[in-house]
Amino acid sequence: MCGIAGIVNLTDRHDPPSVDLLRSMVSAIQHRGPDEYGLFRDHRVGMGHARLSIIDISTGQQPLSNADDTLWIVFNGEIFNFIELREELEKIGYTFRTHSDTEVIVHAYEAWGVDCFSRFNGQWALALWDTVENTLILSRDRIGVRPLYVREHDGRVWFASEVKAIFADPSVPREIDVQGLAQTFMYWASIAPTSLYKGIEELRPGSTRMYNGDGSRKDIQYWRPSYNETRFSSVGEATEALRDKLKRATQLRVLRSDVPVGSYLSGGLDSSLTARFGREAKEGTFQTFSIRFEDPEFDETEYQRAMARTIDSNHQEVLVRKSDIARVFPDVVRHTERPILRTAPAPLYLLSRLVRDTGIKAVLTGEGADEMLGGYDLFREAKIRMFWSHQPGSHIRPLLFDRLYPYLARSPQQAKGMALEFWKRGLDRADQPGFSHEPRWSTTGSLGRFFSAEARHLLKSAPPPNYLETLPLEFHRWDPLAQAQFIEVETLLSSYLISSQGDRMLMAHSVEGRFPFLDADVMDFCNGLPAQYKLNGLNEKFILKKVADGIIPDQIINRPKQPYRAPDAIAFVGTEAPEYVDELFADSALRSAGLFDVEAVRGLYAKCKDRAASPEAVFSNTDNMGLVGILSTQLVVDQFINHNGGVPGKRIEFTTFIDRVHTSTH
Amino acid sequence: MQQEHIQTEVADFIRKNFIFSDTKKLNNDESLLGSGVVDSTGILELIAFLEGKFQVKFADSDLVAENFDSVNKIVSFVSRKTTGAAA
Repeated sequence: MCGIAGIVNLTDRHDPPSVDLLRSMVSAIQHRGPDEYGLFRDHRVGMGHARLSIIDISTGQQPLSNADDTLWIVFNGEIFNFIELREELEKIGYTFRTHSDTEVIVHAYEAWGVDCFSRFNGQWALALWDTVENTLILSRDRIGVRPLYVREHDGRVWFASEVKAIFADPSVPREIDVQGLAQTFMYWASIAPTSLYKGIEELRPGSTRMYNGDGSRKDIQYWRPSYNETRFSSVGEATEALRDKLKRATQLRVLRSDVPVGSYLSGGLDSSLTARFGREAKEGTFQTFSIRFEDPEFDETEYQRAMARTIDSNHQEVLVRKSDIARVFPDVVRHTERPILRTAPAPLYLLSRLVRDTGIKAVLTGEGADEMLGGYDLFREAKIRMFWSHQPGSHIRPLLFDRLYPYLARSPQQAKGMALEFWKRGLDRADQPGFSHEPRWSTTGSLGRFFSAEARHLLKSAPPPNYLETLPLEFHRWDPLAQAQFIEVETLLSSYLISSQGDRMLMAHSVEGRFPFLDADVMDFCNGLPAQYKLNGLNEKFILKKVADGIIPDQIINRPKQPYRAPDAIAFVGTEAPEYVDELFADSALRSAGLFDVEAVRGLYAKCKDRAASPEAVFSNTDNMGLVGILSTQLVVDQFINHNGGVPGKRIEFTTFIDRVHTSTH
Repeated sequence: MQQEHIQTEVADFIRKNFIFSDTKKLNNDESLLGSGVVDSTGILELIAFLEGKFQVKFADSDLVAENFDSVNKIVSFVSRKTTGAAA
């Protein structure tokens, strides 16, 4: 895993990119690849690379080229089926100098052009420069596991794994895009191509962009989730097939590595399975890692340890307290580079540090299972709401919510009666796209009341892109669960989970995540499953529980699903709150950022402090999200607008340096 | 208790606790739940406030959206309650 950054002149009227500038850019993302640094430069481009050596440690340096040095690549990621692709390419005459997957990409592009990307099973963000055609190709994996940002200005293109590498160029203006901010306070994150920063695009997951020598630009969306039902003779047949595919996907992710691969264990079904299959993939010791919480409301230690015992792993834990979350939060936001409405990434930041300190560079996680197999409460809620919408007057149908949230059945009528009001919203729009997500979006969207008059004014004249307008035509043909899954994958998995809670927290400590449930083959298979194999009645991940039967402890399979959460607002307003919170919520800081209504934020902050001091210290969902979201936005402004997002790191030197401008340094 | 007084108190509480603004206009007919201004925990905050402030007690059957979903609905419900209690 690695980081990439570069500048490309689309015409020849600009000077070649400066080596010092490229060094600053790569330096800004050195955490992504602290092992080696490389640079390719000619009169038109400079492409830099920070390497975390995992495959072909001795000869996998980048940038790397084809046989006649006319095609150059910088690449962040893994192509897990590179051995199979290499065999195919060798058969048609390509020869290889290295054992890396990087070289496979170069020849695959030569052989198949931009169609090559849909043949890859992996996680990547890459740039290819064709010196003959003067063409730049940027590509990103299906789900967007690996990040890629682009800025286009005055005939030049900047690209990088993280925005801070683009901001390392002092000529790049740094400004918050209120459209990206408004999307965040609605969908939980800005949705590619919109980013949080004006003039900077996030390349869409599953897409390839070409900047051609003639100045034209072309975007190709080579993949989006698609749901076309496959026929199975029985659940048993489908279960066997899923088990095989998941095993194979996990094996690929353990064996296609020249360093040991460990696994996270959350205590839930998904990571238990990936750990189990990971354990079986290879002889020898196996490392597992878990987050424990001091607060029992969030803690899952019992299940994590049960799984670690079952697979006899070398298990390590990090215990997280509220004060830890508050302490690392500024660093967390420096890595997410965007506001977050939950603190949930923070414990994962602490966990990847433990992984790195243990000497492990790559871990498996269960990410993606809930999206692929219908695991989230949102899917169950949507199903009940859909059923209810057929008889909106029914008092019986909404009783199903008791099964979804057993605490409701035990609650006094007051909590229950009113809770139903929330799910009732939009009940008359059951046939409209987005029905499944309406409760989440309207709750989160109400936080827009905290925006400043100025921000609201800007949004009025230029509203943020409406995600629902980007749905594919075939969306309407899918069953309601598939529709909800599609929206969940694009808005939350790609835009938030796999980024802010995934890549960014892992790479903060130079650890690569590998996600068997996001294997191309596994995803296609899951998307072909009939709805009732995924969400059976209200039984979530029905088929995955069958896969787990007999190989995962029953206590884990049968436990009620626990959403991964961490202490939110309480971490920043309690007795142990760090000083920076007061500073960022000061009137002057809010006024200078200009994004939020000073009076409203002051009121929210005072209320949260007040709540923290009360004996129950209960925070409403809205107040939790508001406080964490505004605080993280203020941190983003402080770090990325007032400053350029850089962290003082060591000065890097390019050990691989191909310079076609000053050939003497060749 | 006068309706006007109740309305001032209720609107003031909602401004201070959910909208966080003394100046922003509050539409007394706007759905508090539907607009997302008040969420499920927020409604409990509101009920606790009403019970404490106006010395009323709500039965389970009272706790439906029709009684709490806007400032005006709350005002008319609380005044019915307080009149009933006095009677």
